[in-house]
Amino acid sequence: MSELRLADVLAAVLALSLNAYVLFGGADFGGGVWDLLASGPRRNRQREVIAHAIGPIWEANHVWLILAIVLTFTCFPPVYARLGTVLHIPLTLMLVGIVLRGSAFTFRTYDSQHDAAQRRWGRMFASASVITPVLLGISIGAVASGRVGVETSGGFVQQFVDPWLTPFSLSVGLLALTLFAFLAAVFLTLETNDRELSDDFRLRALASGVAVFLGSGLVLLLADEAAPMVRSGLVGSPWSLPLHLATGLAAVGVFAALWLRRYRLARLAVGLQVSLIFWGWPLAQYPFLLPPSYTIANTAAPEPTLRLTLIALLGGGLILLPSLWYLFRVFKSGPADPDGSGSLHHSSDRLHQ
Amino acid sequence: MSDLLAARSQMAVSLAFHIIFAVVGIGMPVLMVIAERRWQKTGDPIHLDLARRWSKGTAILFAVGAVSGTVLSFELGLLWPGFMELAGGIIGMPFSLEGFAFFTEAIFLGIYLYGWDRISPRAHLWAGIAVAVSGAASGIFVVMANSWMNSPAGFDMVGGRPVNVDPVAAMLNPMAFQQTLHMTLAAYAATGFAVAGIHAFLLLLDRDNAFHRRALSAALVLGAPAAVLQPISGDISARSVAARQPVKLAAMESHFETMADAPLIIGGFPDAETGETPYAIKIPYGLSLLAFHDPHAVVRGLNDFPREDWPNVPIVHTAFQIMVALGTYMALVSLWAGWVALRLRDVTLSRPLLRALALGAPMGFIAIEAGWTVTEVGRQPWIIHGVLRTADAVTPMPGLVVPFVLFTLLYCFLGVIVGWLLYRQIIRSPKSSEWSRRYTPATLRRV
Repeated sequence: MSELRLADVLAAVLALSLNAYVLFGGADFGGGVWDLLASGPRRNRQREVIAHAIGPIWEANHVWLILAIVLTFTCFPPVYARLGTVLHIPLTLMLVGIVLRGSAFTFRTYDSQHDAAQRRWGRMFASASVITPVLLGISIGAVASGRVGVETSGGFVQQFVDPWLTPFSLSVGLLALTLFAFLAAVFLTLETNDRELSDDFRLRALASGVAVFLGSGLVLLLADEAAPMVRSGLVGSPWSLPLHLATGLAAVGVFAALWLRRYRLARLAVGLQVSLIFWGWPLAQYPFLLPPSYTIANTAAPEPTLRLTLIALLGGGLILLPSLWYLFRVFKSGPADPDGSGSLHHSSDRLHQ
Repeated sequence: MSDLLAARSQMAVSLAFHIIFAVVGIGMPVLMVIAERRWQKTGDPIHLDLARRWSKGTAILFAVGAVSGTVLSFELGLLWPGFMELAGGIIGMPFSLEGFAFFTEAIFLGIYLYGWDRISPRAHLWAGIAVAVSGAASGIFVVMANSWMNSPAGFDMVGGRPVNVDPVAAMLNPMAFQQTLHMTLAAYAATGFAVAGIHAFLLLLDRDNAFHRRALSAALVLGAPAAVLQPISGDISARSVAARQPVKLAAMESHFETMADAPLIIGGFPDAETGETPYAIKIPYGLSLLAFHDPHAVVRGLNDFPREDWPNVPIVHTAFQIMVALGTYMALVSLWAGWVALRLRDVTLSRPLLRALALGAPMGFIAIEAGWTVTEVGRQPWIIHGVLRTADAVTPMPGLVVPFVLFTLLYCFLGVIVGWLLYRQIIRSPKSSEWSRRYTPATLRRV
């Protein structure tokens, strides 16, 4: 395998782990969004279903991001150095969000079950779940717009703020938020056997599905000027039409399945739809990692490093994938709690008393 | 505050905070497994209660460790892009492996914490063992990457760029074994002593509490052997520092003049200007003996090195003294506990031992913080020993004092909350009302 091909493979694995983070970690953030937006007579039970769904898996889901980061600095060190420099501010804020989301969620699970404490941690968990995806999207938008991979000069604002504080990046941030909320709402329909609760999430899934549609449109519209490379890739590549057709079909599938309450089918289709939307980005900017100057080939680590990383990935995958399968089989094969209520207490209170 | 100092301070705060949680993530799963295994063997429900309480504590600490570890993986690039651009391709290997180990740990911890009534007892115990093994592995991989910064290997520098990169040689660098051994033992000793100390203290107040007696016994099984072995591992480490980072050793020992028959300087306040260490105790031949196992060996002093290559001598020396003193205390108390256990069959019968253990509760963690101060401050002014200076690796981003203050406040806040939750949920004795409810057969069956 030639060196270039090897780097391409690792870039693909990097994109795959980001894709996994969007699907799994993203849905956990989306759960926080619905915690914040919980409403109606079943407000508290919605929150319990969300907490119960996220509890066993969010830490494992979170590691996809760490894997992506580690792959970036191992296989494409200049890209990592550049990201850390230009996107210092949004990434630092995103880290604060990650820290507050994870700790507040854990504190809420293990702090006293009094309403005041629960509300305090719940608010922190939910607001961090909203802010973090926006910052992740902003960072991705900045990369896609070609403002990270270009040498900047000038003062503080020109070098460290302008590259990411653009309408386009903000629109990608919003799209990330709606995507994550959409994913979460669809997944949550399967987390309870209570018809009314499922319907709550079904309604939220349909609404956020529309928001995703609008968000994607806005991103594409702004990309015209702000991210011409990605835009032309998305519109003019040989794969554009099939990709958009497949995305559209998946979207129709999600809506139809939600409408018919075929939630398992909806879960599958939404995973496909979100993945296809995600893959539009790396495909459109291939072979660049940070357009317009950092390519896969000119930033790749030496060949022995790439080869060993690939071997480590394969070896690690042999342990990881069966373990992940086991985790999801234990916790995601069906709602744990037949009556759909008291899920949080079901799993944590018993430990407390 | 200069940007370089702010960046170093932020890194120091992040590491000092994270390492507590990382260490707990290595040590606590072993305690959970010991308690659960004892429950399965004896049917004594107090062991089950212990396993559950400890797993709850682990859950809180692991979550904070996971997010603060994420912060570190980003901070490498946010603060030290120059370092990562050079080192990423060489030393990414252990980080990748650490990623997998951490992933495995997170998966099986999720299964362990939430799977009590979803999988068989046997599978549950194995999930706990998987957490313990992957937790230790993940610590070992990270420390391997750190040891590479002390003894860089697996590449050649040609024209300021690394060539002939060999990631395996980099990972298995000459100090990898010494540092990983020292850190893994430290993790077990610190966790074991912290748990043992807390329960020893509570036993002093409530002598016959069966809960605390079983907790103390399990904690000593983990902590005492590690604390006894740690001085041996420390000796191995110190000799490799003497061979590979002589200037770090000189700073640790406050050893200013190169000489044979070098004395060991204990305590005191080193003055880098005068080269004196007032108020220190000097043990003749001690340093030559410790560093090279030969009382007449020549030990290089700080004056052998250009002043701009010295680390901060008072900090490194003082931190080293603290680490050695606390480690020695823990090893001696462990031997004492072993002797009491042999003679009386029950360590809780000796109140002086309980007092000594209670006093030792924070010592392992303080020793770990001091030890990391020695290895990190002692490596300065280099970020990669002899290859790249810290000042050349820092980000060009100005105003770094802002994120430093931000993360310091954030971590202070989290530290207070975690301490409060641990006290309320884990440490405090079970109330008698809870006992009767918990240990009725009906409750057990629900488990």
